[in-house]
Amino acid sequence: MSSLESKIPQGPLTDKWENHKAALKLVAPNNRSRIEIIVIGTGLAGGSSAATLSELGYKVKAFCFQDSPRRAHSIAAQGGINAAKNYQGDNDSIYRLFYDTIKGGDYRTREANVYRLAEVSANIIDQCVAQGVPFTHDYGGLLDNRSFGGVQVSRTFYAKGQTGQQLLLGCYSAMSRQIGKGRLQMYNRHEMLDLVIIDGKARGIIARNLVTGSVERYAAHAVVIASGGYGNVFFLSTNAMGTNVSAAWKIHKKGAFFANPCYTQIHPTCIPVHGAHQSKLTLMSESLRNDGRIWVPKTIADTVDIREGRKKPGDLPEEARDYYLERRYPSFGNLVPRDVASRAAKERCDAGFGIENNDTKEGVFLDFSSAIQHYGQEKVHELGLHHPDTEEITRLGEKVVKSKYGNLFQMYEKITDQNPYKTPMKIYPAVHYTMGGVWVDYNLMSTIPGCYVIGEANFSDHGANRLGASALMQGLADGYFILPYTIADYLADDIRTGHISTDHPEFEKAERKVKDRLSFFLKNNGNQPVDHFHKALGIVMWNKVGMTRHAEGLQKAIAEIQSIREAFWKDVRVPGQADLLNPELEKAGRVADFLELGELLAMDALERKESCGGHFREESRTEEGEALRDDVHYAHVSAWEYSGDRIAEEIMHKEILNFEFVELKTRSYK
Amino acid sequence: MSINKYLSLTLKIWRQDNPKEAGHFETYVMHDISPENSFLEMLDLLNDQLIRQGKDPVAFDHDCREGICGMCSLYINGEAHGPDRSITTCQLHMRRFRDGETIYIEPWRAKAFPVIKDLVVDRSSFDRIMAAGGFVSVNTSGNTIDGNAIPIPKDDADKAFDAAACIGCGACVATCKNASAMLFVSAKVSQLALLPQGKVEAQRRVLHMVRQMDEEGFGNCTNTGACEVQCPKEISLENIARMNREFLIASLQSED
Repeated sequence: MSSLESKIPQGPLTDKWENHKAALKLVAPNNRSRIEIIVIGTGLAGGSSAATLSELGYKVKAFCFQDSPRRAHSIAAQGGINAAKNYQGDNDSIYRLFYDTIKGGDYRTREANVYRLAEVSANIIDQCVAQGVPFTHDYGGLLDNRSFGGVQVSRTFYAKGQTGQQLLLGCYSAMSRQIGKGRLQMYNRHEMLDLVIIDGKARGIIARNLVTGSVERYAAHAVVIASGGYGNVFFLSTNAMGTNVSAAWKIHKKGAFFANPCYTQIHPTCIPVHGAHQSKLTLMSESLRNDGRIWVPKTIADTVDIREGRKKPGDLPEEARDYYLERRYPSFGNLVPRDVASRAAKERCDAGFGIENNDTKEGVFLDFSSAIQHYGQEKVHELGLHHPDTEEITRLGEKVVKSKYGNLFQMYEKITDQNPYKTPMKIYPAVHYTMGGVWVDYNLMSTIPGCYVIGEANFSDHGANRLGASALMQGLADGYFILPYTIADYLADDIRTGHISTDHPEFEKAERKVKDRLSFFLKNNGNQPVDHFHKALGIVMWNKVGMTRHAEGLQKAIAEIQSIREAFWKDVRVPGQADLLNPELEKAGRVADFLELGELLAMDALERKESCGGHFREESRTEEGEALRDDVHYAHVSAWEYSGDRIAEEIMHKEILNFEFVELKTRSYK
Repeated sequence: MSINKYLSLTLKIWRQDNPKEAGHFETYVMHDISPENSFLEMLDLLNDQLIRQGKDPVAFDHDCREGICGMCSLYINGEAHGPDRSITTCQLHMRRFRDGETIYIEPWRAKAFPVIKDLVVDRSSFDRIMAAGGFVSVNTSGNTIDGNAIPIPKDDADKAFDAAACIGCGACVATCKNASAMLFVSAKVSQLALLPQGKVEAQRRVLHMVRQMDEEGFGNCTNTGACEVQCPKEISLENIARMNREFLIASLQSED
């Protein structure tokens, strides 16, 4: 059976990647056209790897379920991408980016992976600039930076509030170039439904053409999974509606270990839930915390008055407001990491200070009035105005804020019908990103030979909590600069293998299983649509496996998920046909997988009795209520091995995390 | 804050089984729609009802539901992405409609965007235009110069960004009486023509992309400007003017 060999190279931290690269085998240019690679997903990781591998001369097939590779959900990332360029001269360095990321992840990730990420970060920016990605520039014509949570330098590069979009379009254009040259074959509106393993190696996939419904076989010498995270297990999240765990889960069921599923990130600044029938939650970029101050009223009386509309937030003087992040964490203030900010919001709302007038009363203010005044004053000074009135200062300040966050403010107003220049935004935490994922070694290969996993779909770089602006960095690092080198080491043994035939019995077997499941759904003829079960799962996950967790709740959650899953298979109704576009049929398959993953996530959370990063166990906290890590018992990666239909019987393997270069400290942002 | 008065609506939705069959409008009556719901959440509710009644739900494209992926695409009461401005359909909320209103919902209609089913159309023509030249021919090896070695005047950087904000949804084509793709193509041509990185192959790019656009069967531009009005990302008509200049110069100078 597979074992956990991380393949971390020996030697000093700073030399590991260099030495490792030097030892990797190569595939010569004349042999690359004989090697076929399948890439699943076209976000930053999948898109960048598909483009780069095609450019190197491999024959690449890329798949996405959307109608174009440009739609992948990386596009929705707003704030920015980190890189250790030290352009701002604030004493940033590769080491500091490495250290911040390790610390931000609460010491639950590999030093070697994170150091490599920090090392290649600077080159990502150069690459993207060369592609024509329109980063925000300053008046001197140079690249601008801003600051993000959990760090004390400005190393985040951005393109207004649409950084993910611009980086993804950069990837998409690099892919387009290869598609135009005929080196990359793109399969839009195709969904991977199983992995095919021949003689122990990943050799292809079964995919469904979502337009014609046909179930098709695709063979390759290696398969790269870049299918993103599993946040939609919570039903409501900031993920796209189609974002799913299925590709990752299929390979898990074929032998790839799934690591740290309980590490989920709840993002502090999202628009609060408005009511029933809501289909998704919208993120307001973390960059807003550069200038926005988070508060709730100091008294319950004021809170109730605001909730019920008797008072407006602006009616409360400074001394009546509780800027609770600034109060609790003076050195980082509003820029504490996401997990800390989210729990602090929950703490205030649980104590009765939530200001939103919805079912749960959950919401806090994100207020820009101080920033507007501050920038207004600055502008007045710059323009040399002598007797500006308050209105003029406010107008100038709003203009500055608009130039920084215009599209985010517009988005907020369109959704809530409230003007955030005049009244503070209302925000509340929501599920956003999943740090856990398929276990991979230093080469980004899963426990299935030839099956690689990159980007959010793997577990490798963020530990128990991801810092802002690091997801884009990881996706592009994996796809542009790491995988193209490491995959060659594996493929070097395949230059004489020749074309893999899809007539192999393993393809036959996998295809039959896929078809059986599709026809099961269509014939089941139950009473409830797919969403009914997805929402029920989401409620259990959010209430019992959400921002804080405890043993009793987790045990209950596991039982409840099992019964929802049972009900799903008995009573789900999927209309339509298999041989046509059928979105309900697509959803049914994805929700079936979420119903299994959800249980594993809760099991993993139950097993990890410490608090670390995004995983907060109520039983494990300091006297002040902060997260309490247990390095003696839990400084490891929990990697789960599938062992048949009963998820409860999955076997946990441990990869011990060795910290040779950083000292494990209590993470403090006070 | 709008008052929480629930809406009753009559929906006239385009239903079409597949690209070959003729489509028709089907009428649905919806009650108790919260004004706080998004337009697509209202369609989710309709589909939930249809599935429970054993009927075929309405197929429509959507994904991010926050106005950035460009996947959603409805033509609502004769307007691409509906009556509101500067947003996509997924950002449209029911508070923009009145109780008792009849809403017509159609797919994008253009020869180059054939209907797949109901409200879902095939926009792969946009991908093919991009593959014809919508890129800078630089390898993704990372062996480039330092990002700050290419200073870009802020004004150019900002204009390039504004053009690059295009989400490729196709509203410009849907709303154009000629089904022209000029706003989409010009946005990419402009972005790359404005930046020093893209200038090197600007001529080749504009010629190839325009040729592909014509081959796909998009109509001609007659400067009506509807595309700019209904573009969810406010892509400016200036880009079309810039592309026309680029195209003219390239046609005169290039041997391509």
